[in-house]
Amino acid sequence: MGGYASGPFARTVAWATVIYLVLPISIVIPVSLTDRRYLSLPEEGLSFQHYANLLTSEAWLGAIWQSLWIAIASTLIAVAAGTLCAIGCWRLGRRSTELVRAMMLLPLIIPSIVYAVGLYRWFGMLDLLDRFMGVTLAHGVTGIPYVVITVSTALAAFDPRLEQAARGMGASLLQTLRWVILPRIMPGIASGAIFAFIHSWDELVLVLFIASRQVFTLPRKIWDGVNENLDPSMAAVAVLLILLTILLLMLDGALRARRDR
Amino acid sequence: MPRDAPALSAAGAAARTRHILPRDAGWYGLLLPAFLLMTVLYVAPILQVLAISVTEPVPGFGNYERLFTNAGVQRVIGTTLRICLITTAVALLLGYVLSYVITLATPRAQRWWLLAVLVPLWISVLVRAFAWVTLLRRQGLVNEGLQAVGLIEEPLRLVWNEFGIVIGMVHYMVPYAVLPMLAAMREIDPRLLAAARGLGASRFAVFSRVFLPLSAPGLVAAGVLVFIFSLGFYITPAILGGGKTLMAAEWIKLQILDLVRWGMGAMLATVLVVTILVTLAIFSRVVDLRRVFGGGH
Repeated sequence: MGGYASGPFARTVAWATVIYLVLPISIVIPVSLTDRRYLSLPEEGLSFQHYANLLTSEAWLGAIWQSLWIAIASTLIAVAAGTLCAIGCWRLGRRSTELVRAMMLLPLIIPSIVYAVGLYRWFGMLDLLDRFMGVTLAHGVTGIPYVVITVSTALAAFDPRLEQAARGMGASLLQTLRWVILPRIMPGIASGAIFAFIHSWDELVLVLFIASRQVFTLPRKIWDGVNENLDPSMAAVAVLLILLTILLLMLDGALRARRDR
Repeated sequence: MPRDAPALSAAGAAARTRHILPRDAGWYGLLLPAFLLMTVLYVAPILQVLAISVTEPVPGFGNYERLFTNAGVQRVIGTTLRICLITTAVALLLGYVLSYVITLATPRAQRWWLLAVLVPLWISVLVRAFAWVTLLRRQGLVNEGLQAVGLIEEPLRLVWNEFGIVIGMVHYMVPYAVLPMLAAMREIDPRLLAAARGLGASRFAVFSRVFLPLSAPGLVAAGVLVFIFSLGFYITPAILGGGKTLMAAEWIKLQILDLVRWGMGAMLATVLVVTILVTLAIFSRVVDLRRVFGGGH
């Protein structure tokens, strides 16, 4: 950067920090391949038995499927509501939508434990406790901020005169949305969808309060595992989750690269 | 636009101020789904928590009185503040140095550094807590390693205490500290640093008198962000604290799910929300949440 480089002390600390960030996460990879029945590094050889256990266990597979469906359904809710809201805010201008935009960011600011407590009572009244529908709605609503942010970022690069031109030539609002605005901001919507999906897929605190038997998601299963029996199949789940996250982030990176070109 | 006209009259044009054009009605309609979902399913339950804190078990501010009289609540608040302050300080320190090095790196190297920050950011909190337990517990890899080398006789107590919580929380917060600081540092003109050096300033002087003041807004933003995130953190403290060191979020969960003392749980939840909103309001000019969650680009 302009011929000015950081000194050796700063570099050492930065390297140490990155190792601290990455190494503990990657340790689950060798542990998941251990040939023992307890959490340890492989001793005599590598073994895939814990992956096999995982992928044949009905409890784990059931949790994975439930999480997947909830994540997909809640992503749809977040994307639909968040995208329309971001477009409305963009078109109406900063000042008249100040309050709405602040409201959409609330789920990022207010701790999920507070929301979980409130939802526990609220869903009790609406008879949505321990229902697929309840968890999906809760995840969908808390996923809206991610979509609003990525779509707003995409809209910032969109020329408002295109919209005015389309409207001026007689396109209705729906036509303008469908043929002018949405195609241009698709990469932003896709990014938002990815983050809303990860959000729901990983979410635990709400699930601990509003679900118990009928709805038993993957994070809930991992939570029970960490608190009760630490065995290597936990490490295998962890590795699969890490791979999925990296895959989704790569997808997002590819989308951004396409948009920037 | 004939289709928008009836919608407008129905919505009551009189209620709107004059400068909004009739055709805006449709655009307001776009806000509606998100607004309704948010109001009914997010804001309402949270307002209910605030209401419970002053109505149960009896109406009044009895629950808040306990803040001054109940040693248990005070201990939880003390523990929470202490752990959050330590976490914020360490995360800022590590994050600052990391952002500094990233800012001054070549574009190619920058991509790799960023990857190392962003991937951990999005990896499941549960997975990370599990990884730390694997490493730090009594028969964990760190203790076994140190014993095998002969550095220690007895296993160290690295987890299920405050030390474990701080290790896990800092690990979670460093990426959140890096993103706002990096955004601020990228706006510093690198030629200023080269010029200061050329005019005879030492490396230390360039840093302390040019770089540090220019990056201060990012530092404050990162501090506020990490602090408010730490305050309500549940999963990592619950797993790495092992139920012995209670922080605010876990205490609230205990009150509601195990002891069924709604009033007390709702009271601390309200205190948490008010603390966070007030902190944010004070620093609203330097903290831009959108920037942080824009995916880090």
